[in-house]
Amino acid sequence: MIELEHVTKRYPERGDALRDVSFRLGSGEMAFLSGHSGAGKSTLLKLIGLLERPSRGSIRVGDEDLATLPRRRIPAHRRRVGMVFQDHRLLADRSVFDNVALPLVTSGMPQEETAKRVRAALDQVGLLKFERAQPLTLSSGEQQRVGIARAVVGRPEVILADEPTGNLDPDLSREIFRLFERFHQVGVCLLIATHDLGLVQSLGHRTLVLRQGRLVADTPSKTPPGEALGS
Amino acid sequence: MSANRPRWLRRAGTWVAHHRRAATDTLDGLIGAPLGTLLTVAAIAIALALPATLLSITNNLDHLAGDWRRGAALSLFLSPDMDEAAGERLAAALRTRIDIGGVEVISRASGLEEFRRYSGLGDALDQLPENPLPVVLAIYLAADLTEGDDVDALLEGLAALPGVDFAQADARWVLRLKAILSLLREGTLLLGGMLALGVVLVVGNTIRLEIENRRDEIQVMDLVGATGAFIRRPFLYAGAWYGLLGGILAWTLGATAIALLQAPVSRLAALYDTELTLTGLGPRETLALLGLATLLGIIGSRIAVGRHLRRLRPV
Repeated sequence: MIELEHVTKRYPERGDALRDVSFRLGSGEMAFLSGHSGAGKSTLLKLIGLLERPSRGSIRVGDEDLATLPRRRIPAHRRRVGMVFQDHRLLADRSVFDNVALPLVTSGMPQEETAKRVRAALDQVGLLKFERAQPLTLSSGEQQRVGIARAVVGRPEVILADEPTGNLDPDLSREIFRLFERFHQVGVCLLIATHDLGLVQSLGHRTLVLRQGRLVADTPSKTPPGEALGS
Repeated sequence: MSANRPRWLRRAGTWVAHHRRAATDTLDGLIGAPLGTLLTVAAIAIALALPATLLSITNNLDHLAGDWRRGAALSLFLSPDMDEAAGERLAAALRTRIDIGGVEVISRASGLEEFRRYSGLGDALDQLPENPLPVVLAIYLAADLTEGDDVDALLEGLAALPGVDFAQADARWVLRLKAILSLLREGTLLLGGMLALGVVLVVGNTIRLEIENRRDEIQVMDLVGATGAFIRRPFLYAGAWYGLLGGILAWTLGATAIALLQAPVSRLAALYDTELTLTGLGPRETLALLGLATLLGIIGSRIAVGRHLRRLRPV
C-alpha cells in the first residue's frame, strides 16, 4: 500500500530531514512511527500525504508514484489519504458537521450523500450529538475525534496521523487509539507518528523508529488486529 | 427520486449548487462587512464613473455637433448679375457632384426677408431703392465629407466657379468641434484604460487581504483534497461581486452627474437659441459598463488568487 525506497528530504536551510529511508506498509496494516522530536516523523508523513515532495527516492501509495504525480492529481491523492493532526486543524467558524463534511464537499459529493456519510462518521467517533456545535466548545479529545471523523469520512485507503494524542492525557490517548484500532479492523492502512513509546510498546503493532532522519529500527507486529486495546 | 438520476447529472447538479452557494456566500460575506465593502466598491465606482461620464458627455456633444452639421456647411454668394434662374442652373450642376449632399437656392427676396427678421434693420432696408442682396446657394456636404482639408478644397473650388462672387464656410467650427470630441474620446479611453488597471489593482489588493484572513481555511481545504478551482471559486466570486457592485454605483454616479449638469447645460444652450437634453448611458452601454466592471473584478481577483494561493499551496 505504502512503499518508500531510498527517500531523502533535504531542506536548504536545515539540511537532511530524512536520509535514505525505505520501508513497505501493506494494505490494511497498522504501524507506528516513533522517534524523538526532530527525528523526521512529521516530514515522512508530509511526504506520504504529498504536502511536500521528496528530494530523492520514490514513494508509492497504491499504484501512484508520488515523486512524479502531476500537480492536478494531488487533490485526488489527498482524498485517498485521511490525515489527522496534533492541533486538529479544525475551522473554528464552522460547525462540527461542516468540518467533517469538508473532504466530501470539496470532492463534489451530492448533499444527501454527504449528510449521510458525515453522520455515519460522527457516529463512529461518538460525536453525533455534537454535529451542530462549534469545535471550540468541545474538549481537546472531542476535537481530536472530530479531526478523525473528518479523516475517515471520505473512506480513505490510508490514514496518516501526526502525534494525534500529543495534547491528550493517557485515558483520552487510549480512547483515540481504540478508534484507530477500529479503522484498522475494517482494512484501513494506518501510519501513526508518536513519541509515546510506552503506549506504542503496549499496543504491540509494527513500529518504525526514526533517529536523525534515518530509519534505525523496524519492529514487526506482535498483536493480531483488534487485540491490543480490547474491543 | 434523486438517487435514480444518472451520476453525471447528480454531479452536474452538485457543481451548480456549489457555484450558487459560493456566489451567495460571498455576497453574504460582503454584505456582512458593509464598511470595508463600501470602501472598495466606492473606489471601483469612482474609477469607472469618471471615464463613463466623460464618454457620456462626449457622446452628447457629438450628437449636438451632428445636429448642427445637418445645416448648410457652405454659402456661395453669386455675382449681382446672376439672377434666380442662373442660380437654379448652377445649383442643378452642383447637385450632380459626389462631394455635395444638397443645394438650396436662396432668392434675393427670401434673403432680404431673413436679413430683415434677424438684423433688426427693417426700417433702414425700406429706404434702399432696390434689394442689394445677391442670390445665395446654401451647400450641404456629402455625408462622407468630414475632414476640414476636404471642406477647404471644396470651398476653394466652388469660389473659383464662374458667377460665384464669394464663398463662405459656415460649419468649419463644427468640424473643429468634432475633431476636439474625437481627441476627447480617445483621451477618455486612455484614461479609462489606466483607471481599469486601477480597478484591477484595488480588487486584487482586497482579495489578497481576504486570502490572508482565510489562510487557515485555505490550508485545511488543501489538506483535505480541495482542488485549486474549489479554493479559488469564492475569491473569484468576491471579485466579480466587487466589480458588479462598483459598476452599479458608477452608473448611479454617472446618471446623477448627468442629471445635475442638465440644468446649467440647458441654460447655456438657451443662450444660443438651441435646446440640449443630456442623455446618460443607454441600455447597451450600461450593460457594457456592468460587464466590464465584473470582468475587471474577476481579473483582479484571479491575479491575486493565482499569486497568493501558490504561496499557501507550495506543492
